Amino acid sequence: MRIEGRGQIDRTKPVRFRFDGREMTGFKGDTLASALLANGVKLVGRSFKYHRPRGILTAGSEEPNAMVEVLQGNQQTPNVRATVQELYDGLRAQSQNRFPSLRFDMLSVNDLASPFLSAGFYYKTFMWPRALWEKLYEPLIRRAAGLGSLSGRHDEDPYEKAWAFCDVLVIGAGPAGLMAALTAARAGADVILADEDARMGGRLLSDGGEIDGKPALVWVDAALAELAALPNVRLMTRTSVTGAYDDGTFGALERVSLHRSPAPHLPRECFWRIVAGQTVLAAGALERPIAFPDNDRPGIMMAGALRAYLNRYGVAPGQRVTLIANNDSARATARDLIAAGVKVAAILDTRPNASAVEDCPVYLSATITATRGRHGLKSIHVAHAGGTAEIETDCLAMSGGWNPTVHLTCHMNGRPQWREDIAAFVPAPNAVPRLTPAGACNGAFSTAAALREGADAARTALAALGKSAPDAPLPLAEDTPYAITPFWETEGAKGRQWLDFANDVTTKDVRLSAQENFASVEHMKRYTTQGMAPDQGKNSNVGALAVLADATGRGIPQTGTTTYRPPYTPVSIAAMGAGGRGAGFAPQRFLTSDQASRDRGAPMIEAGLWYRPSYFPKPDETTWREACDREVNMVRASVGVADVSTLGKIDIQGRDAARFLDLVYTNTFSTLPVGRVRYGLMLREDGHVLDDGTTARLGENHYLMTTTTAAAGLVMRHLDFVHQAFCADWDVRFISVTETWAQFAIAGPKARALLDSLIDNAPDLPFMGVAPVSLGGINARLFRISFSGEQGYELAVPTRYGEALFRDLVARAETMGGGPYGMEALNVLRIEKGFITHAEIHGRTTAFDIGMEKMVSPKKDCIGKAAAARPGMHGAEREQLVGLKPLSDAAITAGAHLFTPGDAIKRENDQGYVTSVGYSPTLGAWLGLAFLKNGRARHGERIRLVDHLRGIDLLCEVCDPVFHDKEGTKLRA
Amino acid sequence: MPELIAKSALAGHAPLTRAATTLAEAPMTDITAIAPFPGQTKAVNAALKPLGLSFPAPNGQSSNGPVRLLWTGREQAFLIGAPAPEMGAAAAVTGQSDGWAILTLSGPLARDTLARLVPLDLRETAFPVGMTARSGLNHMAMVLTRSDAATYEIMVFRSMARTAWHELAEALETVAARFDQMA
Amino acid sequence: MRLTCPLCGPRDRREFYYYGAEDYLHRPAADAEPGAWDNYLHLRDNPAGLTNDLWYHDMGCGAWLLVTRNTVTHEIQQVQAVAAPQAAKKGAAK
Repeated sequence: MRIEGRGQIDRTKPVRFRFDGREMTGFKGDTLASALLANGVKLVGRSFKYHRPRGILTAGSEEPNAMVEVLQGNQQTPNVRATVQELYDGLRAQSQNRFPSLRFDMLSVNDLASPFLSAGFYYKTFMWPRALWEKLYEPLIRRAAGLGSLSGRHDEDPYEKAWAFCDVLVIGAGPAGLMAALTAARAGADVILADEDARMGGRLLSDGGEIDGKPALVWVDAALAELAALPNVRLMTRTSVTGAYDDGTFGALERVSLHRSPAPHLPRECFWRIVAGQTVLAAGALERPIAFPDNDRPGIMMAGALRAYLNRYGVAPGQRVTLIANNDSARATARDLIAAGVKVAAILDTRPNASAVEDCPVYLSATITATRGRHGLKSIHVAHAGGTAEIETDCLAMSGGWNPTVHLTCHMNGRPQWREDIAAFVPAPNAVPRLTPAGACNGAFSTAAALREGADAARTALAALGKSAPDAPLPLAEDTPYAITPFWETEGAKGRQWLDFANDVTTKDVRLSAQENFASVEHMKRYTTQGMAPDQGKNSNVGALAVLADATGRGIPQTGTTTYRPPYTPVSIAAMGAGGRGAGFAPQRFLTSDQASRDRGAPMIEAGLWYRPSYFPKPDETTWREACDREVNMVRASVGVADVSTLGKIDIQGRDAARFLDLVYTNTFSTLPVGRVRYGLMLREDGHVLDDGTTARLGENHYLMTTTTAAAGLVMRHLDFVHQAFCADWDVRFISVTETWAQFAIAGPKARALLDSLIDNAPDLPFMGVAPVSLGGINARLFRISFSGEQGYELAVPTRYGEALFRDLVARAETMGGGPYGMEALNVLRIEKGFITHAEIHGRTTAFDIGMEKMVSPKKDCIGKAAAARPGMHGAEREQLVGLKPLSDAAITAGAHLFTPGDAIKRENDQGYVTSVGYSPTLGAWLGLAFLKNGRARHGERIRLVDHLRGIDLLCEVCDPVFHDKEGTKLRA
Repeated sequence: MPELIAKSALAGHAPLTRAATTLAEAPMTDITAIAPFPGQTKAVNAALKPLGLSFPAPNGQSSNGPVRLLWTGREQAFLIGAPAPEMGAAAAVTGQSDGWAILTLSGPLARDTLARLVPLDLRETAFPVGMTARSGLNHMAMVLTRSDAATYEIMVFRSMARTAWHELAEALETVAARFDQMA
Repeated sequence: MRLTCPLCGPRDRREFYYYGAEDYLHRPAADAEPGAWDNYLHLRDNPAGLTNDLWYHDMGCGAWLLVTRNTVTHEIQQVQAVAAPQAAKKGAAK
């Protein structure tokens, strides 16, 4: 319930919310957890494995118990920590991992079966019989697994990713972080101060106390006001720094709108990549639970959390509070409670020699031997120096000491170091380059120490940046020494003592793991699942390894920690993939003819990042095949127009341009006359084909290379490498002009007639000729090249005229019985001619394989020449390009494999595979291109084509890959 | 021969304004790549002199009123806003006017919007007015230039202009929504 | 991870394309023994410690870079342009 006059919530602003359907009221400034506690709700969830009733343990992002589902629009976000979820009007949350209800949960029967479900249960039980793995065990385990559930719908809400840069990143805005930020900012450094809380101040918000003789909150507000007024400071609240990466890069998750009702375009979360020159880690510390029997009942929480609920939220989670601690820090909680008028039943100090002077009963050498209360704590049994006692209590606060939040210092392989005096791990020096830990995360627990270390860390950062900070006196604050005597578990007590609340791991499980020789901490973790829940062991890992150390007779430093990995707190995949859905998945490249093609109803298909028309359907055509066949016939009989702008185009200039081409192509380009085009073959240095295409010589020192669409970027990178690595001093320069020219193929017996109608005095180009032409004053280029086997031209204009020219060409073609053709027809046309694409030059084929070994000039060196000559890169045993014609009318498929008739269909007998197929209306049959062992010597043979995936098994005739116009008379016509 | 109509990459796209920040397509202009051959810097600068320009250092530009020479990569700069001068054998000169879409993003939220898509340090000291850089706009290659305190010029390959617009518009919308929420 | 391009300055690794070991710079002569080519093309060390490898400033200036880095600590020791005069150039095409 609420305590009058306490807390930093705004009592003038009530906030209505629902939990499990029940309407409740909290205040602005509440978290869901504080509001639930204020409404007297203790039971908020069920544990993962045993479905034990659980309450709120902490007041921060480390919460292992109070995980809920938040419902918002299409969203059902599971595993939201009630301790982090800010209250807003209309918030709807529900408990998870329970059926049918939170109070009565059927799977809590697991708890009764727990003697059989100890560590390693799954490994031991679901081993055999093997036949049950998939049918029984997996469905069974899957149903029981997981905590919250998703909506099952697409997450359509906006998310964001962003970059930020700063001189000094300060992680955590408690006393150390605020002091570091002030020191760095006052010295003029660009500072980012990030804190996971909605409000900055860290423990100062919860612990009260004084700084410079005034309430600590006054100092916090002044510090924040000063920082907010500085132009070189960026304050990032609700931002958890989740990972430390190389070279000063950090990942951080900002909760942008999770604390409010949705607004259009407002992202839910933003994933930040923050690049910092220097970093001050002021991440604070997390309090450790103490293991005693049934220490997981609702009503049992951390002492520091209790203090936060009291001082920050004005909530007393119980009427009669007991505290158990092995250190002095919990005493302050007791005093705050008493001052607030809350009854403190007792302080149980596990130490024999601690002070017994408090305004409430204090038991020394005290341990808890039992607790009672199924859905909420009712009483505890205590053994102490003077005997035993039963204490009626509805809230028990525990403090097993504090763990510095070292996580980020371990993300780059750093291992934390054990400090005996504070019984905790602290960061190793220089664990992350350019990062300095300060304050509680560095084992300095008093406010004064935090302020001092924060200022010092900032000075270290400034010095590294070449800046200096003026001397300034530190604010005065408490400097109480931290006194702790480790107490990990309650020896000799009956009942289960819980370590990992989220994953239901007990001290007994850890001991069993050691007994079964899973004694390394990494093995224990995986055997027991200790630390593998959403909280990643923040509350329990140190306690668990202390028990393991005891069970194995080693010290804690020898036992060591498990590996800390990013993220510190869970990061939603949606945030990391922000913007990557739909149109944001990859850049879309559109042709200038795109709209004209769509206007004609052409379905577009992706070719790399490009969108190209598949075919241009006529109203009476019902299948793609009809359109494709018509377009192929059209090109063979009259004239077709296709947009081929996607081919890569590279402009190459310089006195050494010819020499350079001779180096990158297998064949010779220095001998190519100006005004002519030559087909070129390019190898990788390992002797396999990289790409092919035509290159035109536009001038003595000026070439235009074309690449395939697929390999345009690859070829550019390759040319850059060859140039910079082997001949940087040559007189050659090249640049992509792919986007500068829109280029259209005009193919068919009437191609020349079409051009004559378009261009006055069109040059009479020989096959493989090129010439500049003028289109009404526009400088264009005309190439006589053919990928269809017909008389073919390609006409290139500056891209701005592309759409207009395409529409014009298509209109002219249509008056001649022609029209546009798409990718399907283009593919059939080239298969009929045996022209290859990247279906054939797929990275494992050599010049020999595709029948082009004669194109590797013996007169000069070229990239890939030496390797192409090696044994194994040529010869009868290699799979060679052949044509295939099925003996029946049946369709054949690419990807099918080839076998000698009579051979068993098995891998050892594999003779090759099919790379491209198409139905040829010209020949009235299906045609294929394939790679077949010793294929060129096998023309005329029959081969068995098998495609198990599509159920095809038929005989084909092996033939020359050029099916149509073998002599090339048409394209030279 | 009919007259062919010229179209820019996003012909007809209306500017988008959110929170006083505007995304727009810039008018088409002359763009020419100038790539000096080895040892020809002097000759290149001599050829550029009539334009009042000199070959820029990496990440920089040389400008004379509306005519600019942006550094766009290794041994390469783009002359923008004027036809290329005769370079002879000093440099490779290649027309690029049709290869690029130029978008401008201008206003108080311009830098924050770019920070959603561009992995560059855009702080005042790291990316001052006049700086130009090759980088990425999310997955797209880009030439980014800071034209004035609150204006950036974004050049992407012409075929990707629609994606660039889409991504910049989305980023601007979310940044503006954050701004509205704070206001 | 960030690389400092000698031309562009410090940039996020997203701008770069990784190719492989520095070995690719040392192209054997055209008539070299097959063993030399085998070495050049296929044999690579996998050091725990300093390594030299090739990166391409793909979404940047187009420079090929020789990066010296530590595979254990992830420290980047040096980034040089492959074409720069100070970078060792061996096996240039004749």
